[in-house]
Amino acid sequence: MNINTTKVISLLFFIFSAFYLYTAYQIQVFAFDENAPFNARTFPIYLGYAGLFFSGLKLILPDPNTIKVNHKTLEYKKTLILIVIAIIYGATILKVGYFLTTSLFLFSSYYFLGERRWVLMFLLSFPFVAAFMYLLHGVLDIYLRDPFLQSMGVMG
Amino acid sequence: MIEGILIGLTTALTLQNILMVMLGCFFGTIIGMLPGLGPMTAIALMIPITYGFDPATGLILMAGVYYGAVFGGSTSSILLNAPGVPGTVATSFDGYPMAQQGKAGKALAIAAWSSFAGGTLSAIYLLFMAPSLSKVSLSFRSPDYFALMILGLTAIAAFSSKGQFLKAMMMVVLGLMLASVGQDSLSDITRFTFNNMNLTDGISFVLVVMATFAMSEALTIILKRNDPTSAAKQVSLTELGSIKINKEERTKMYKTIPRSSVIGFLIGVLPGAGATIASFLAYGMERNIVNDDEKEKFGKGSVNGLSAPETANNAACSGSFVPMLTLGIPGSGTTAVMLGALLGFGVQPGPRLYMTNPEIFWSIIMSMYIGMVILLILNLPLIPYIARILAVPKNYLIPLILFFSITGIYVMSFNNFDIYLMIGIAVVATFMRLYDFPMPPLILAFVLGGLMEENLRRSLLLSNGSWEFLWDRTLTLCILLTTILIVVWHFYKTIIKK
Repeated sequence: MNINTTKVISLLFFIFSAFYLYTAYQIQVFAFDENAPFNARTFPIYLGYAGLFFSGLKLILPDPNTIKVNHKTLEYKKTLILIVIAIIYGATILKVGYFLTTSLFLFSSYYFLGERRWVLMFLLSFPFVAAFMYLLHGVLDIYLRDPFLQSMGVMG
Repeated sequence: MIEGILIGLTTALTLQNILMVMLGCFFGTIIGMLPGLGPMTAIALMIPITYGFDPATGLILMAGVYYGAVFGGSTSSILLNAPGVPGTVATSFDGYPMAQQGKAGKALAIAAWSSFAGGTLSAIYLLFMAPSLSKVSLSFRSPDYFALMILGLTAIAAFSSKGQFLKAMMMVVLGLMLASVGQDSLSDITRFTFNNMNLTDGISFVLVVMATFAMSEALTIILKRNDPTSAAKQVSLTELGSIKINKEERTKMYKTIPRSSVIGFLIGVLPGAGATIASFLAYGMERNIVNDDEKEKFGKGSVNGLSAPETANNAACSGSFVPMLTLGIPGSGTTAVMLGALLGFGVQPGPRLYMTNPEIFWSIIMSMYIGMVILLILNLPLIPYIARILAVPKNYLIPLILFFSITGIYVMSFNNFDIYLMIGIAVVATFMRLYDFPMPPLILAFVLGGLMEENLRRSLLLSNGSWEFLWDRTLTLCILLTTILIVVWHFYKTIIKK
């Protein structure tokens, strides 16, 4: 059976809106605000109904412009690797520090995307990040947390 | 007034002040191009420096930084699809596709000329209409603002591509839902945080825009690497950096710039509306005005589609000075920072400013115009070099875009959670983009969400819970009728085409 993915996304949005609406009704408001014309849950409740309305319409009405995506031509593997590297980067940036993690993130991303010019890969990671850090931290005085460089005495 | 203009020119055209505008434009452009650093941050960074100067010089420096940062933001929107500030989101709709077609230099040149023209025209409007417009801006009440936001959101959805109205409206609702996360602005009650402290302050704009634009664009490029329909067109460096605008393109700009500058300026005058609504409305209006052939080009690299928001956002920047200078009410976050700086100088903006401190009032207005000229002189020759960023091979460019996005969030919050959230939103956005769910309506809704709720709250409280406020005032009713007309017109055109 050929499933129209746009309809599936609309169905997911419909379910999400229903959940949002349910959560909106659960928002605790102050007792004196309970019967006020507008309180913290009023706007989210309208939004929940609007979400149900529009996604419901999209589900019911015919879709003349069906989008067909050829999944065989899509590069899922490399995209997934890049996402995983980004997650690891996010997980280590605070503990290890900006300089080392960012440089390694860039270096490994170049590698997994198929680059093999090692000198260029190096220049566009470690020295590049150092220059960028100098601009942010040294020139613009924007704080960058870096326990690694602090432990080496490079950064104050 | 002539005397005032002369006072302003005499102050603004001293060697020191011209140097300040040049420095401001230069640093503003660089800071504006950096992730997460918009005009507001750029000006805030300059405040300690300005205290060493007299008030006029300090404000001239800040005006230069302001325009420079707005242009810098447009540059990253066009080249990397990474708008760092809400005001330049609409620029990326046609600027980025144009750059992808190998016309990055041309796109930047159109943006620069449109910004210059928008700024110039609005400086003229400001010169003649500032005092009277400040009264008009005060006549806008909460119901009018609420209706104006409904108009902005409906217009962006109605002007989206053929058959995408419902998808666009779903994205509008999703944007508003994302904006509702965090503490309620009045009662401080937390909503949709699921006891996660990281969500208490809500989701930041930079996070959402970087995730849905820059990061998801980078992931889409990798995902579609082998797709024969999206194979990158090979272009020469000369073509990429060429800033030549041909006669046909110039003719289009001549028509677009005046109307977009009027919209931009008028919206900019309204406190709280600012460059974002102005650029989206100008984009939407332009799409509705042009002929069907040109309409088809919108979103694919249209000259009108790039020129309109660029003109409007710069015009709105000048417009936002009207309530600040004449009423002491900042029209945007950026002018709020400038207001703080003015107060720091001991200058009290208000209706009497141009009587008590005419040299400050007029020199700001004059320096705005001089700033525009200098920005153009400084940036046009640099465009061919800036545009070559796109000649960087994809293997390097994609990781650099991801780095650019993640750094933007990192310097703002120093929080792992925000990075995970950004990656999560980017993955969902990439998937939705595959099925043509448009991201611009989501961004506009996210930006307007807080303001919209605030104005609806005030309107409902004032009318004691009745929705009559929607038709009680003529202005509100007119704006709502325009909204209805746009939707009806959209469906009429769709049915006629079928």
